[in-house]
Amino acid sequence: MHEMKFELRGITKRFPGIVANDNVSLSVSTGEVLALIGENGAGKSTLMNVLYGLYRADEGELLIDGQATQFSSPADAIAAGIGMVHQHFRLVPVMTVAETVVLGVEPTGRLGSLDIVEARRMVREVSDKYHLDLDPDAIIEDLSVGERQRVEIVKVLMRDAKIVVFDEPTAVLTPSEILEFFGIVRSLVAAGRGVIFITHKLKEALDIADRINVLRRGKVVGEALPKNTSESAIAEMMVGRAVLLVVDKVPATPREAMLTLTDVSVVDPDGRTTVDGASFDVRVGEIVCVAGVQGNGQTELVEAIAGMRRVAGGSISLGGKNITGASPRERHAAGMAHVPEDRQRQGLVTELSITENLVLTRYHDAEFSQGIRMKWDVANAKSRELVAAYDIRTTDPSQPASTLSGGNQQKVIVARELSRETRVVVAAQPTRGIDVGSIEYVHAQIVKERDAGRAVLVVSTELDEVMSLADRVLVMYRGKIVADVDPKKVSHMDIGLYMAGSRPAGAVAS
Amino acid sequence: MSTPATPDLVVSAEQRKRARSVGIAYLALAVVCFVVFTRRAGDAGFKISESSQFTLPAQGFGWVLGIVLIAVAAGQLLRGFGKLSNVVLALATAAFFMSFLAWAAAGDSFSFVGMLQDTVSRSVPITLGAIAGILSERSGVINISIEGMLLASACTSAIGASLTNLWLGTLVGIVTGVALAAVLAVMSIRYKVDQVIVGFAINFFALGVTSFISFRVLVPNRDTMNNLLPVMPIRIPLFADIPFFGQILFDQTIFVYFSFAAVALATWGLYRTKWGLRTRAIGEYPRAAGTLGVDVNKLRYRNLLLAGAVAGVGGAWWPIGIVGRFDQNITNGRGFIALAAVIFGRWHPVGAMCGALVFALAEAVRLKIGNFDTGIPSEFLIMAPYLVTLVVVAGFIGASRAPKAAGQPYEDQ
Repeated sequence: MHEMKFELRGITKRFPGIVANDNVSLSVSTGEVLALIGENGAGKSTLMNVLYGLYRADEGELLIDGQATQFSSPADAIAAGIGMVHQHFRLVPVMTVAETVVLGVEPTGRLGSLDIVEARRMVREVSDKYHLDLDPDAIIEDLSVGERQRVEIVKVLMRDAKIVVFDEPTAVLTPSEILEFFGIVRSLVAAGRGVIFITHKLKEALDIADRINVLRRGKVVGEALPKNTSESAIAEMMVGRAVLLVVDKVPATPREAMLTLTDVSVVDPDGRTTVDGASFDVRVGEIVCVAGVQGNGQTELVEAIAGMRRVAGGSISLGGKNITGASPRERHAAGMAHVPEDRQRQGLVTELSITENLVLTRYHDAEFSQGIRMKWDVANAKSRELVAAYDIRTTDPSQPASTLSGGNQQKVIVARELSRETRVVVAAQPTRGIDVGSIEYVHAQIVKERDAGRAVLVVSTELDEVMSLADRVLVMYRGKIVADVDPKKVSHMDIGLYMAGSRPAGAVAS
Repeated sequence: MSTPATPDLVVSAEQRKRARSVGIAYLALAVVCFVVFTRRAGDAGFKISESSQFTLPAQGFGWVLGIVLIAVAAGQLLRGFGKLSNVVLALATAAFFMSFLAWAAAGDSFSFVGMLQDTVSRSVPITLGAIAGILSERSGVINISIEGMLLASACTSAIGASLTNLWLGTLVGIVTGVALAAVLAVMSIRYKVDQVIVGFAINFFALGVTSFISFRVLVPNRDTMNNLLPVMPIRIPLFADIPFFGQILFDQTIFVYFSFAAVALATWGLYRTKWGLRTRAIGEYPRAAGTLGVDVNKLRYRNLLLAGAVAGVGGAWWPIGIVGRFDQNITNGRGFIALAAVIFGRWHPVGAMCGALVFALAEAVRLKIGNFDTGIPSEFLIMAPYLVTLVVVAGFIGASRAPKAAGQPYEDQ
């Protein structure tokens, strides 16, 4: 395959009120892996959409082998040899692998009829060449996430992409799938293709990339070679200041059990058992993390604990009191704080003001209301106090919560849930999609809660977060708790095996 | 390690529920047999050609069928019929239908074959409307304005055909359908207006404008502007001589043959061509197609205009295919019945045609039954097609899965 160099020069893309890309330049050639790293909102996705012809840049140019070019649609980018594997897969769930893969480049017979036999052959050819192990006739919605990603890879390879862009490809994979994925990336590079790897995970960028570009607030703020740099150096470039990557905490001193689940099961409306006989304690003074690949029942588990979902069997108690049938408000009153997984849909009413969101769980308390009348002066004072205490970056708490960044929205929820007397803190994906600086802050708050004598339950799909934050790790797989381990005594890889449903060699049954 | 409850179990739980209600339905049918169908004495003659007929003793058939239905209900409720349950359901429904006809025609005779021939003819606008609906919804645009398209093109094609000839009249109908489809397309694709609202607006616009034209223009100028000779049936040589079925299927107007062809073409197109693959993709998950370089909105425009053209032919059926003129609100809700046929057929052209035939049968039966003194009020009979729609959609189809992206405007990123 012939060499190709792809270059972005001085790209600027503005949206109303924001410069998403500010004079960004980068280049990638066939045969190398460029990692593009940056926090959410740093402009990675915008840049890739410019590169893929979905957005038109306001300034700057795209060059292929030194020749200026323009993409006005994805079709142009594809024709020029750019392929993109999106973070959220672009596959048609009800179609077969062969059908969804040939979309747009369909082999045809007479009268525009679809040559499905040829389509199958094309899938098999690419699949065999790169050992992707895909069945052309499998239906997409029956495939695992890892398999779906391989279908996406077949899609770009079938279009003969010379540069393949992967947008956050590892976010949905288990650790062993990530290793497999890296193997595929290496074989792509060996076959003479170039790869752009977009990520916010420092370790992965160091592992796989030949070069690393760091993006911050729409600008390229640094370039590094993995062998000459470190995680903390890159993190500092990303955030613009020194960041604490390890969670700073003293060993836990757990006391009595505060939250107890006994054989809890949840059945979803389709009749599928999503939580299958979960039993565990969360003790005062410890952080228990539930690890697992997304979609193994963690969401349902948290909703059952928070009272947002009926349990099909088993019981939940808080401080010795049975709360299995209690309403969310009753649980709240009993001392449960809940930081939900979906910030914008469950955690906040984004159209309401920051102040209103901050009193959303307590507006009915005598402190904030009298009969049907809200005591807005008290609420406003409380809001100002919380905004200052929790470092919520806003100029005006009467603005809608939707005006805040993801990290600051999360701080509003954390402030609301933790700024009162609680006994149990339940946090689902507390750092998903927020910047490294805010992550550091949220982690510190969680540790503070533990040290203040609360029982803390955290659900996270980020293994690094689990390993650094937890005093005890539970692993969930297909609705069951399959492991209950001490994070200091097991490796990342062991947890990864539990997450994939197998058991590390030599492990004893939990 | 045990896996979570398998989906199989779930389905069978739902199936059990459905099986029970079907069993109860059999019992209800048996009761109707005993209470109603045994009331009228005499033989009913079913003409199956110009010269031959078979007869059913109305009372005896009612008693026998009632007893058989009780047995079937018992079988259904006690152990079910497994794979055969749909066959049993179809047979029971057909037998009940025959018993109903025998009861209505007791002591008299009627043209059974003529009724079925009429059924096929009357299914044309429903089938074509349903295909228009499938083309739209498979592309991801909800189209409830089929009724409006049928009505408007019925009106314009009547005028066009009266003033010029049948071909040009049909063409005017097609252009009208395309024009209304263009309104739906621009509103829902370009301006991203709620598609149901736009559909409603088009329906009421069509009803209003055609009523106005009917009263103010067509009534005063009846002879020049709303008077035409509809097309004659075309006998297909050899095929039309097949006993019984020949007359039903191959002695029909060009509209019927067109609707057969439309069903075949739409089926082949949707499942065997590049166009069909792309169309299904943009109705299910447009982003997948969009990022692969398929121009989603352009394809939606094209398919909607095509849908308008198909609906235009369906509308032209009234004046040019059967009635010979336009009357106010001549479509009388057939466009909505077409939507029911789309759901009945699970967004598949052949299935939709089957649905259209069921609804058209209800109408053809009503027209025949009207000739007998059954004691059923005529207003009730006019309700029949809509009642069948309700029962079929609610009872027999249950939950079905529409194209996922139907109703959602598409935006790049």
